[in-house]
Amino acid sequence: MRRLKVFRSLVKDSLDTITHGSRKYHLWMALLTFIMLVGMYCYSIQLEQGLSATGMTDRVSWGLYISNFTFLVGVAAAAVMLVMPTYVLKDVDFKQAVLIGEGLAVAALIMCLAFVVADMGGPSVLWHMIPGIGVFNFPNSMLTWDVLVLNGYLFINITIPFYILFKHYQGKEAKSNVYVPGAFLSVFWAVGIHLVTAFLYQGLQARPFWNNALLGPRFLASAFAAGPALIILVLAIIRTFTAFKIEDKTIKKIAMVVTVAAQINLIMLVSELFKEFYAPTHHSESAYYLFFGLHGKDALLPWIWTAIPLNVLATVLLTFHKLRNNFKVLFFACFILFVAIWIEKGFGLIVPGFIPGPYGKIAEYTPTLIEIGVTLGIWALGAFVFTILAKTAIGIEIGKLRYKN
Amino acid sequence: MSSKSKKWFSLNLGKKDKHSENGCGCGKTSGGCGSHDLTIGEETKKDGFDQVFDVKMSRRTAFKQLTASLAIGAGAISTSCSMISGDETKEQAQIDWEEQFKGNYKLMTDEEKKATVDRLVRSYQLRTGKTLNMSSKNAEPDVLFGYAFNISKCQGYMDCVTACVEENNQDRNSQMQYIRIHEMKDGKGFNFNEADDNYYHEVPAEGHFYMGTQCFHCDNPPCVEVCPVQATWREDDGLVVVDYDWCVGCRYCMAACPYDGRRFNWSKPEVPEAEVNKNQHYLGNRMRKKGVMEKCTFCVQRSRAGKNPACVEACPTGARIFGNLLDPNSTIRWVLENKKVFRLKEDLGTEPKFWYFMD
Repeated sequence: MRRLKVFRSLVKDSLDTITHGSRKYHLWMALLTFIMLVGMYCYSIQLEQGLSATGMTDRVSWGLYISNFTFLVGVAAAAVMLVMPTYVLKDVDFKQAVLIGEGLAVAALIMCLAFVVADMGGPSVLWHMIPGIGVFNFPNSMLTWDVLVLNGYLFINITIPFYILFKHYQGKEAKSNVYVPGAFLSVFWAVGIHLVTAFLYQGLQARPFWNNALLGPRFLASAFAAGPALIILVLAIIRTFTAFKIEDKTIKKIAMVVTVAAQINLIMLVSELFKEFYAPTHHSESAYYLFFGLHGKDALLPWIWTAIPLNVLATVLLTFHKLRNNFKVLFFACFILFVAIWIEKGFGLIVPGFIPGPYGKIAEYTPTLIEIGVTLGIWALGAFVFTILAKTAIGIEIGKLRYKN
Repeated sequence: MSSKSKKWFSLNLGKKDKHSENGCGCGKTSGGCGSHDLTIGEETKKDGFDQVFDVKMSRRTAFKQLTASLAIGAGAISTSCSMISGDETKEQAQIDWEEQFKGNYKLMTDEEKKATVDRLVRSYQLRTGKTLNMSSKNAEPDVLFGYAFNISKCQGYMDCVTACVEENNQDRNSQMQYIRIHEMKDGKGFNFNEADDNYYHEVPAEGHFYMGTQCFHCDNPPCVEVCPVQATWREDDGLVVVDYDWCVGCRYCMAACPYDGRRFNWSKPEVPEAEVNKNQHYLGNRMRKKGVMEKCTFCVQRSRAGKNPACVEACPTGARIFGNLLDPNSTIRWVLENKKVFRLKEDLGTEPKFWYFMD
């Protein structure tokens, strides 16, 4: 009963917090709301017309939505790079950042689910997938694994921070024996969500571009580079605009994680390129299409040739201590790394999987404005959710939000 | 609708409709039309409530407008509480309700299969006033369908493609085709990369040969494995089929198919009413909806009735051979035993039941 009362008070207080803020905060939220509304309008058109409102066809049947989904699973998984040092290795330097990381994971997962739903041909019959009332093709279909792990990870990443914040809200200390088992689980789970998402593609013998054993590990490496890079940028913003203290030491440690992951990611990229281009086979055609174009079709060239230099430049910048420890350079490097991996793992991974088609047909894919509108709307949704979560969490952590008896 | 002005077949929810010529708007062909005198635009004066609800339109149109805007919820409400709508509106709402929440066809008992087929037939009758014949015939024992394609004989006429589209009620707007005929250059072997599967010229073209592909009904189909809801599966007679009503439209099967065998309804499929093939099977050529997967079923409505698929029948050169692999006297068995047959991408382990051979 008492807990319920505290909970009610928490909801009231957090509603109060998120509806009050500076002019900049209100402008930010208004902008996000506007983009979300545009996205919803675009989605309504898509519902009306069917998926023909997108640029996808029978030849390239997954596009922008699944690209973003894949990338965001990585961002969600990256929270583990903060959870593990904080809860498992007991490194106090990460403590301030971990709640932000988990909030980011929640937002990323909500975006993932939104992208999957946006990609469905029949969202009204999605209940067919709910175990019990529908038919859940487990364990055969990797998509059902993905549904399980994503929702499970979402659950873990909501409950652990909620428990901790709930305790802090009442001015109590969170008991570590309650949340540490959950944190341990989430470490494995984070690796799981990204491996399973990679297996989704890796398991298709029909698509040689995806059907390679390096895909899963490469997913992890790029996720642990792009995700923490985003966290660094978010922490930098929070540090500037709120009273929340995040020490330089924390950011530097996360930067170290980004650096190592980016280096490993680059090594794997080299390995992939070597395999595709040293002794090219019939199966290297997708890679040829991606990097050089095939038969005059080269829609992806500008994308990939933006991504690769950005990726290399970011990794080089991060590798030198002097540059990395200069925050201006660090933030720049994190930003370009994030963009580079978004391209590489989104467009650069999903679209070439379908090109050339099973019988060598090269049909290119360009997203439509509707599709881009829905995509931006979902990103705005993610930013909106994250802002709300972060604002409440920060309010509690700096002691502004407290339960009053 | 049955009106003549309508060129394409579609539900066209919410479209105004002049009353049809046979006097009865309900479309029932047999038996009395229950509440005939209640609704159809009478000229008598009405007041209050009736003016709003009893406007000049057939019950069918009224119902369509209702469902178009309120989808599922309205179905339930109008079924149970509606006092204005006629019996058939209620019946249609009841059907729509049951169809929305029915289970996976694969797991249905024979009675349930028959019930859903009856509902779909009745629904079509209520909507268009026309009857169709839909089967829910199961696979027969000791039957395993297989297909063979004679590369020497195919001349690229594409009669098979036309016949397939007509037989299987494929969307005419997007020109969906299950079969692709690849035109290949002589002397280059089976070089799909340089083949053209979208040619518009006189055939057979000099220096070319032709090869058709479609769903190969693999014995170990990757598409079936990946479906998250088991909306696609392999039947006992070897046909790989889709339950269009159970498919959620994720297109994972499409990514998993190495043979380009699957097609997706990106828009609402449309077939001119006059061209609708009314001899249907639940798993085969019945009308599809927007956002679901479909594919070649070896014309399940024909093959399970002892006939050849439409493509086999239409082929003017006799390049296509279809039959029961378990029948030692079938032509397909003769081909497999006497010709040098091969299959595409055998290294993937999919075990297609579609063989190629040459004379």
